[in-house]
Amino acid sequence: MAALRCFLRSGKPAMEVTVRDALNQAMDEELERDDRVFLLGEEVAQYDGAYKVSRGLWKKYGDKRIIDTPITEMGFAGIAVGSAMAGLRPICEFMTFNFSMQAIDQVINSAAKTYYMSAGLQSVPIVFRGPNGASAGVAAQHSQCFAAWYGHCPGLKVVSPWNSEDARGLLKSAIRDDNPVVFLENELMYGVPFELSEEAQSKDFTVPIGKAKIERQGNHITLVSHSRMVGHCLDAAAVLAKEGIECEVINLRTIRPMDIETIEASVIKTNHLVTVEGGWPQFGVGAEICARIMEGPAFNYLDAPAVRVTGVDIPMPYAKILEDHSVPQIKDIMFSVKKTLNV
Amino acid sequence: MLTIVSNALRGSASKNGTRLVVSARSYADFTPQVSFDIKRCDVHRLDQGPPDKTVLTREQGLQYYRTMQVMRRMELKADQLYKQKIIRGFCHLYDGQEACAVGIEAGIKPDDHLITAYRAHGYTYTRGVPVKEILAELTGRKGGVAKGKGGSMHMYAKHFYGGNGIVGAQVPLGAGVALACKYHGNSQVCVALYGDGAANQGQIFESYNMAALWKLPCIFICENNKYGMGTSVERASANTDYYKRGDFIPGIRVDGMDVLCVREATKFAADYCRSGKGPILMELQTYRYHGHSMSDPGSPVLLYGCCSFFLVRGTNPWIKLKSVS
Repeated sequence: MAALRCFLRSGKPAMEVTVRDALNQAMDEELERDDRVFLLGEEVAQYDGAYKVSRGLWKKYGDKRIIDTPITEMGFAGIAVGSAMAGLRPICEFMTFNFSMQAIDQVINSAAKTYYMSAGLQSVPIVFRGPNGASAGVAAQHSQCFAAWYGHCPGLKVVSPWNSEDARGLLKSAIRDDNPVVFLENELMYGVPFELSEEAQSKDFTVPIGKAKIERQGNHITLVSHSRMVGHCLDAAAVLAKEGIECEVINLRTIRPMDIETIEASVIKTNHLVTVEGGWPQFGVGAEICARIMEGPAFNYLDAPAVRVTGVDIPMPYAKILEDHSVPQIKDIMFSVKKTLNV
Repeated sequence: MLTIVSNALRGSASKNGTRLVVSARSYADFTPQVSFDIKRCDVHRLDQGPPDKTVLTREQGLQYYRTMQVMRRMELKADQLYKQKIIRGFCHLYDGQEACAVGIEAGIKPDDHLITAYRAHGYTYTRGVPVKEILAELTGRKGGVAKGKGGSMHMYAKHFYGGNGIVGAQVPLGAGVALACKYHGNSQVCVALYGDGAANQGQIFESYNMAALWKLPCIFICENNKYGMGTSVERASANTDYYKRGDFIPGIRVDGMDVLCVREATKFAADYCRSGKGPILMELQTYRYHGHSMSDPGSPVLLYGCCSFFLVRGTNPWIKLKSVS
């Protein structure tokens, strides 16, 4: 009977896929779908990727489409942008986004601004991807979050996936998008498995850029977050639920263009807002959300000032106890929720 | 046309009995082509450089001359418009360097690719944008090639990637375009231009490395006009032999004031790249008649401008061509 049931069921059942494998599969499918897509970066080919995200791709597609570069970010990012101008669809990997600072002129001045400066004559269909934000014990120069830096610039799309479905769907959308897209992954999420529905496993599954997702419904307070912090928010929400506080958790998915409408609708319902991010507070993602909420209709529905939970405003320290306290923890989120609700 | 005029004048002269000296040469007497000796190029890591003899046809000569004249007049007009505050912001003029743009365009094919820095008005013209659209862009009108949104440094055309404002950034972009050419297997090349000032940029050396490693069909061209903004080459570069700065990349040093020299060197370089041997470097020795840009303070320009004006006058690019036609 069980065998017959299996035979009759159509499509693939939901399966557990890590974020790393989701990214790998997305790239594999897009490389197969479009000849113009290629991947370049440090260690992406023969090493299978510094974090093994591009495992197996060089073996399958060869030197022409999976290119190992020297450790020269400004040069290879510029080469990637130039190839996009000439009609290819490069995926330019930065080993971490900290190194993208060496190439940031090419990302902003050569990629982001060109479509506008040329009045639409010259498009730059490129994806810059790599791990962003805090890792574990890598200290100050290797732990910065660039969501706010890139989110600031017109001409770029900036996405920050949390789980496997986000990673897979957003990467496919990014590669198919004709605009330059900055794709901020998270090293600590690479090994985390999530269930992928059968719909999400399809080769044409994409997640639209510019649309946030409500991961958990609630009516007491809105928690807005992106990347790894979404998981922390959900964990905090689970604990708070036991105390009778129902949090609505929004996964931004896209930093730019930000889906402020989803946040506004949620705040209008819950009357309270807490933003959570891994990056520094000043001029950050949370600051932008607060400003836009004030400028829009949702301001009139706030029963308390919005609160930002962010990384501590210091270069990331090395010692574990200091590092742990430099990024938002579940207890910090819970504390801010209770303070906002005045409980 | 000349024949008709000359016949008519001759006819009327004999009728009236007056003697009128007109040109006794007919149209058919003009030579269809001439061969020239051109200056031999210094080479680096090459057994042989471009040829030192070339043939110029009448059509080519007239076309190069006309193009250079149009470019010169366009730039001088831009100078005037800038002083009238009709052009704003940055305006980097190309007058003096016309032989470079025209020679390069003559040495490559229309479906080859080209990218340059901000001294780009000349290349915008040679790559096919009409003067009207260039001047409209400079004056911020929607009839401009970038609808007035780009300005002097951001004009684009098919297989012409601008116009780039950040010194040196265009060189990796050019190497990337060359990568796309190789990827597609279409035997097109990309010409990536930069100046003597940009030649010390780290990203250019990064581009040399990757272009050589991956054998990209990229012609790196340094337009050495002796000054990076206001700083002379001797004060900016420890090594002013720019054609050698590619180290493992072969190089040619070319007289950038002679359009035929530039053309032959470009043809040589393009053939080299198309044969799959990888990138090549050219240094064009040239000169600009204006300061770095229209917003430069006048005095450094006048100081060196006055002294070198007379030295350089003899090497004005289109005067050289005019004298041989």
